[in-house]
Amino acid sequence: MSPSTRPLKIALIGNPNSGKSSLFNHLTGLNQKVANFPGVTVDKRIGSFRLSESSTATILDFPGLVSLYPSSEDEKVVIDVLSNPASEDYPDKVIVIADASNLKRSLLLLSQIIDLKFPAVLALNMLDVAKRKEIKINTPELKNVLGINIVEINARTGTGIKELKEVLSKADPDTKGIPVFSAKPLAPELLISICELMPLKNEYKAFLVAQQYSFLRSVPEEKKKKIEELCKNSCADLNKMHAQEIVTRYKIIDQIISKVVTTGNGTVDKEFSHRLDNILTHKIWGYVIFLILMFIIFQILFEGAAYPMKMVEIFFSYLPGVIHDILPSGILTDLFTDGIVAGLGGVIMFLPQILLLFAFIAILEETGYMARVSFIMDKLMRSFGLNGRSVVPLLSGVACAVPSIMATRIISNWKERLITIFIIPLMSCSARLPVYTILIALTIPDKKMFGWINLQGLTLMGLYLFGFIAALLTAIVLKIFIKTKEKGFFMMELPVYRTPRWKNVFVEMMEKARVFIFDAGKVIVAISVVLWVLASFAPGDTFSTIEQEVKNTPQFSGMNEQDIQKLIDSRKLQESYAGIIGRSIEPIIRPLGFDWKIGIALITSFAAREVFVGTMSTIYSVSGSSNETKTLQEKMRAERNEKTGLPVFTPATAFSLMIFYAIAMQCMSTLAVVFRETKGWKWPLIQLFYLSALAYIASYCVYRILI
Amino acid sequence: MNFIRFYEICTLMRTAANLKTGESAIIDHFSDSEVSLKLMEMGCLPGEKIRLERIAPFGDPAAFWVSGYCLLLRLEEARTIILDESKVYN
Ligand SMILES: Nc1nc2c(ncn2[C@@H]2O[C@H](COP(=O)(O)OP(=O)(O)OP(=O)(O)O)[C@@H](O)[C@H]2O)c(=O)[nH]1
Ligand SMILES: [Mg+2]
Repeated sequence: MSPSTRPLKIALIGNPNSGKSSLFNHLTGLNQKVANFPGVTVDKRIGSFRLSESSTATILDFPGLVSLYPSSEDEKVVIDVLSNPASEDYPDKVIVIADASNLKRSLLLLSQIIDLKFPAVLALNMLDVAKRKEIKINTPELKNVLGINIVEINARTGTGIKELKEVLSKADPDTKGIPVFSAKPLAPELLISICELMPLKNEYKAFLVAQQYSFLRSVPEEKKKKIEELCKNSCADLNKMHAQEIVTRYKIIDQIISKVVTTGNGTVDKEFSHRLDNILTHKIWGYVIFLILMFIIFQILFEGAAYPMKMVEIFFSYLPGVIHDILPSGILTDLFTDGIVAGLGGVIMFLPQILLLFAFIAILEETGYMARVSFIMDKLMRSFGLNGRSVVPLLSGVACAVPSIMATRIISNWKERLITIFIIPLMSCSARLPVYTILIALTIPDKKMFGWINLQGLTLMGLYLFGFIAALLTAIVLKIFIKTKEKGFFMMELPVYRTPRWKNVFVEMMEKARVFIFDAGKVIVAISVVLWVLASFAPGDTFSTIEQEVKNTPQFSGMNEQDIQKLIDSRKLQESYAGIIGRSIEPIIRPLGFDWKIGIALITSFAAREVFVGTMSTIYSVSGSSNETKTLQEKMRAERNEKTGLPVFTPATAFSLMIFYAIAMQCMSTLAVVFRETKGWKWPLIQLFYLSALAYIASYCVYRILI
Repeated sequence: MNFIRFYEICTLMRTAANLKTGESAIIDHFSDSEVSLKLMEMGCLPGEKIRLERIAPFGDPAAFWVSGYCLLLRLEEARTIILDESKVYN
């Protein structure tokens, strides 16, 4: 185990919202999500960095912990690693990151880490906040009492990182830390027998195993049974021992604090956040401000993004023609322009909107406003079987359901968590934004109400509200059906207000843009290619038959060359493989007002919703001539029903389609993450069935009403 | 919860949920051992001063100032914190 053969493994441990992920990003150059809310990181994440000239180290970012006694799923991840020396993530060293403005609570966790005999370094963070609160810490003295190395850092700006690396790269045998709490006197026999059984050397570790064996993944079943027996026989009151531990630790911590920390009154800052809280959590203004904020965001999503979107759209409408001129004509060029460029262009167009959406979410999270929203919403949420902590996952469901479903790990009550997971897909995610935008633009006039409210933006907000209301109603139903005896905690720290760190907001935006373009892009390109093939070929010699037929029909002979070509193309599409698939599901979707071309898009959307727009543009590119420079929107507007000659995208069809997309569970990744988080297929399948049925019924009703 | 309410009334003990906005008191003990563990870890220890900062619009949850920071608790959680009446704070 010499350091030259294996990089040093370092774990980042600390209270929720203490700056672990910020420090992790500075060390590794990765973009772990940072936000001013306790419980942002819910899973471990590994990274590596250059520790010194000659060595590298791996570092693990963990979810925040209050103590080594976990009460929710995200916290258990940490205990699983720390209690299992066989784990590949088991650290050689631990950085405990402490919020200097709230040192007392940080020291509880630190003292537990020291008692587990991990070589620890204390990274003293948020000194700027402490300074504003007029809290002074005597670092050398603190180092003396704790017996470990201390580095003052600022995880936001990156100050102190160099010193931290220096301290980490030194093997310092005499800074192991002075033990704080001795568990042995509380239950000597029990701890000795557990030490023998496991086997363990450290009594405090045995103490933790005694309290938590039931959910530790590293303890094999037969040992769990033995420990259970041992605990029963010893008659030890484990809860009481836990309480004694906390009281003892805090007694010692209080002594330390009184020695090293001096507190002024720091009134200026408190006064300010108190005033702000008075408004933001006010019984009327609190909700009004929340709604106004949402309203402004949706207005800007339409107004602000319109211009850049137009540019991208125009660019992509000219691109196929240009490529056709440059490349030799042939089947591969057709595939490239009509398949890939059309499919990708259809989606990249929405990048400006998606970037704006993520910027807004990042700003709301960075300021600490989200925590205030949880506070004013908890009571309301509880009447729907949810938790105030459901608010943040639900709101970030507007970005993407997958990370939001993972974020529900901070909800400790299983019932509340399950309901939250179940309804998150009803929040309109950013993948639906392109679908909504293009359909709204087709049906709602670009007019201003009262001269300043953008009607299209208002409709968009209506769709998001519709999803939210459907989510709440679903929650009520679930609340009746799911039973639990478990108690739900709310208990959380209200974070201080912070000005957003613009770099974080920017990084978050870029990260999301990258994911959007590359991850969604891959799926879209793949599907576009498959779709192009399906739409360009037909069984047997159907295509040549069509050509013959059209040319030989006397009615058409009077038409000009172009119109005949158009007619042939659309007939071909209809008879192609894609057309066959689309027309075979048409009877099912006819009652919702969809034709077979929309049917094809519905099928491809099951990979991911944003594929809708790509599919539409691929289908219309195949059937249209390639030198046309129409935008997708113009093509959709021009689309006529083959039989009746009426426009396909009437308001009834467009709204029915929007409602369908607002509800339907058309996302493989969401199903997969629900499977993982609920540990089985039961809930994802119920969810899929329920949401599909609901989408169908709701779309049907909307279509009937509007037609 | 009903049992705890009943217990409160019988013994006439004041809990953190009975505090008025801006009022402070000293924590004496807890009436629910499971919740108390979590509370103590968060710094609500017997002997510690606790102040009710504000109550959320629908009467629940509430924000308390305790051991140097602002802690959000539901009323049912706050109700398990029994106050020490012998020491009065303003
Ligand atoms: N003022 C100040 N803010 C900081 C400092 N370090 C981090 N922050 C901010 O603190 C907030 C929380 O930072 P994160 O890095 O997400 O904290 P975390 O420990 O990973 O949080 P969880 O994953 O939720 O446990 C963010 O808003 C950061 O910008 C600091 O030294 N000073
Ligand atoms: Mg984090």
